[in-house]
Amino acid sequence: MSRAQGASAVKQPAYSPGDRVRVLKVDAPGHIRTPYYVRGLEGEVERFVGYFRNPEELAYGRYQGEKRALYRVRFLQTQIWPDYTGPRQDTLDVEIYEHWLENARSGA
Amino acid sequence: MSDHHDHHDHDQDHAHPPGYRHPLQPDADDTLTYPRRLEIAVRELLIEKGIFTAEEVRAGIEEMDGRTPENGARVVARAWADPEFKQELLANPGRACESLGYVMDTTTQLAVVENTPQVHNVIVCTLCSCYPRALLGMPPTWYKSLAYRRRTVREPRAVLKEFGLELPDDVTVRVHDSNADLRYLVLPLRPEGTTDMTEAELAGLVTRDCLVGVAVPRKPGSK
Repeated sequence: MSRAQGASAVKQPAYSPGDRVRVLKVDAPGHIRTPYYVRGLEGEVERFVGYFRNPEELAYGRYQGEKRALYRVRFLQTQIWPDYTGPRQDTLDVEIYEHWLENARSGA
Repeated sequence: MSDHHDHHDHDQDHAHPPGYRHPLQPDADDTLTYPRRLEIAVRELLIEKGIFTAEEVRAGIEEMDGRTPENGARVVARAWADPEFKQELLANPGRACESLGYVMDTTTQLAVVENTPQVHNVIVCTLCSCYPRALLGMPPTWYKSLAYRRRTVREPRAVLKEFGLELPDDVTVRVHDSNADLRYLVLPLRPEGTTDMTEAELAGLVTRDCLVGVAVPRKPGSK
């Protein structure tokens, strides 16, 4: 549907809506779009957004690399901020690229 | 007493020694910072090389500045008035807006998040100032402020309360950090008692802040 999706016919996104995922807890240099406040945390894939150029390459003028799958991942606020004072069901959606995600299966 | 300054009216009584002058507020654009210098240099080089003309740059800026939140308000009013359009807007937001004649950004994807009686959505970009500019124009200054970006993900209900929007605990607050390639538009709840209003009148209820999610549309005369 999106013109940003590019050659999505051959690629398959690794995760589907509802999948439990964990954001890598990595301290990488460069132009990183993954906010620190969700690194290492477990959330749920809300949707697969599409394939986009990798901002970590794009920021340095490199346009040739493969496009990366992007997801909207939903986290519970109380999980991100242990002292969150709002209701338990409040959420925060963040866009995360596939290479920043791993399967979350542990009961953490 | 040659200095006229000593004679003008101040709100409060405040005398100055002779010859005193108020410090002047610096002009906002008087600092040629590195990025400004770089922009001017690159732009002038591109014009010299014939890549584009100064007139095209001016027209581009004018076109960008011509985009206002009223565009978003019209999209919302259409969605309220036309259930089929609303369905399309939620499923294919960019295409739906294009069908109303808006020229959308091709490198990002528009996402429309719908407020319901149970869910309230609010948008922030913690990394910078990502905003659906193609539809709403330039973001307000507060949207770019560190305080809004930092606090909206951390304590959204407190931020909304400062904007005058207090939500009960049985309404879920969904914060969307517009941190990558999505640009968000909030589809607010249509206020009650507006069934007789025309689409244009409905659009008049939808302000910029409603489209970002820090306010909700109110029926005229209600509070």
